[in-house]
Amino acid sequence: MTRKNTLRFSLAFSAAGLVLAGCAGSMQQGAGMTPAELDALTQKVVKESFRDKGIVKVSQAFADDPTTRACDASDVAGQPLSAERAKEIEALNMKTIRWPADGKYLGDWKEGEKIAQSGRGRTWTDKAGAANGGNCYNCHQITKEEISFGTIGPSLYNYGKIRGVTDPNSPQTLEIVKYTWGKIWNSKAYNACSNMPRAGHAGILDENQVRHIVALLLDPKSPVNR
Amino acid sequence: MADPMRIRAQASGGNATVRVLMAHEMETGQRKDASGKTIPAWFIQEVTASLNGKPVLTAEWGPAVSKNPFMQFTVKGAKAGDKIAVTWKDNRGDTRTDEATVS
Amino acid sequence: MRKTTLCAVLALAAFAPHAWAQKSTSDGIAEYREMLQDGNPAELFEAKGEDLWKQKRGPRKASLERCDLGKGPGVVKGAFVELPRYFADTGKVQDLESRLVTCMSQLQGIDPKEVIDGAWGKGERANVTALATWVGSQSKDMKFNLPQSQQQERAFYEVGKRLFFQRGGSHDFSCASCHGEEGKRIRLQDLPHLSGKAEDGVGFAAWPAYRVSSGEMWTMQHRLNDCYRQQRFPEPIYASDATIALGVYLGVNARGTKSAVPAIKR
Repeated sequence: MTRKNTLRFSLAFSAAGLVLAGCAGSMQQGAGMTPAELDALTQKVVKESFRDKGIVKVSQAFADDPTTRACDASDVAGQPLSAERAKEIEALNMKTIRWPADGKYLGDWKEGEKIAQSGRGRTWTDKAGAANGGNCYNCHQITKEEISFGTIGPSLYNYGKIRGVTDPNSPQTLEIVKYTWGKIWNSKAYNACSNMPRAGHAGILDENQVRHIVALLLDPKSPVNR
Repeated sequence: MADPMRIRAQASGGNATVRVLMAHEMETGQRKDASGKTIPAWFIQEVTASLNGKPVLTAEWGPAVSKNPFMQFTVKGAKAGDKIAVTWKDNRGDTRTDEATVS
Repeated sequence: MRKTTLCAVLALAAFAPHAWAQKSTSDGIAEYREMLQDGNPAELFEAKGEDLWKQKRGPRKASLERCDLGKGPGVVKGAFVELPRYFADTGKVQDLESRLVTCMSQLQGIDPKEVIDGAWGKGERANVTALATWVGSQSKDMKFNLPQSQQQERAFYEVGKRLFFQRGGSHDFSCASCHGEEGKRIRLQDLPHLSGKAEDGVGFAAWPAYRVSSGEMWTMQHRLNDCYRQQRFPEPIYASDATIALGVYLGVNARGTKSAVPAIKR
């Protein structure tokens, strides 16, 4: 573990393509290890520190994913992705979106509210096969009535109203409807390093559940738009 | 034997303020465990306090009092060096008494 | 009796509208927490921890009074605010809980597996929690001052930083997803910005703490374990290097801020 590295400069441009800000560089100089070595040490620590529990498997949780790998590196370096790289990742994620087979984007907003309120599922204390929640209120304001909302994501109150959606089934609103569906299915198709989980793509929510949430946001009768 | 209480008694003016922290599960009897079985009620029913052996407080508690309960009260006429004793009795018949000196 | 009740009702009626009009939800929660500070049940765990430190236990029937927490054998005051740190005898960077496990093993002959493979709130793991609460309390209001003089300590800072920003699990959550920005909250729970400027008594400076909602005493190991559970990660092994490296990252970031341990939480 303790190695002075005189080839620090050349090794700084590692296979991961990391470019380091000045501050980060001086901290790592103190550690006596190159960024690549520190990355490798981190992966070794992860391998030795976590174990399968309940329905959560190490192999799945830490599976290699180009999206998260790029966004993690950007966070550690303190530098956002280049516009080019961001577009590449967004395109990658866009390909994964499954649009509704029957072309029906909206479901029942009342069911959508229940799904938005629930944070259940996918932790090691949850059971396999149980319906997952959307976790939505943890990060977003949605209806006016619910005061227990988080602020990690933007407010979604009046989501449909603000976008002038009076008839979600008309051809004029199809683009907005599709954007809403797509964002819930895979948020990173529109914002490469979005904090929002990729609910459809990760199998957290199924087609029916996504329909209900789209209705919660876009149905003019939904409390979100009243 | 249950874990000891933490008792602090502070004299001020002609009185003493007594603060007691009790270690007790205080199960209401309403909760169910992971398998769906009701967890039996287990809570403090009576609390008494004395000043130099003379009773000064009696309290009747029920399942509404929370786990590891905290109680604060003022005793008239207590001064530094006096002994405060607090006793609790629960619905299982367990009991615990702890003492503190007024500072 | 009736007179007092009437007076009390009138007083409440006069007071209530004015107070509520001015108080925000955050203020109300802060007031509630202040009321809970007096009579923090953490004191029960402190008392237990102090007893365990002095009691002769284990196959070797020895106390922990010669345990070296980083400032020399038996020195407890100020130890908490310098952990995690490097220990020459084990050749590892260790946090408070793992160092207590080392001492329990070396001095008392208690098998570390009893803690590492144990359950929260039971057996030897519960004893470590009580000990950690007491040791932490002996540094209350002192400023964090983790050493970074050893190469391993500096390397673990970097590892901890990478872990903080590492996304994983079905929801792509990293620590930074919730703790990487200023002024955010989940539902109504304010979130400390752990990769930013640290504050007194917040984040790393607030654990071990008593959690009123579950009536449990939680150490930093417990807090990290539950964070990872909610992140949909697999379980971090008790006192594993990942948890210690995160402690180094958070603790070094908290340098100069005051410890509030043992604290009280919702």
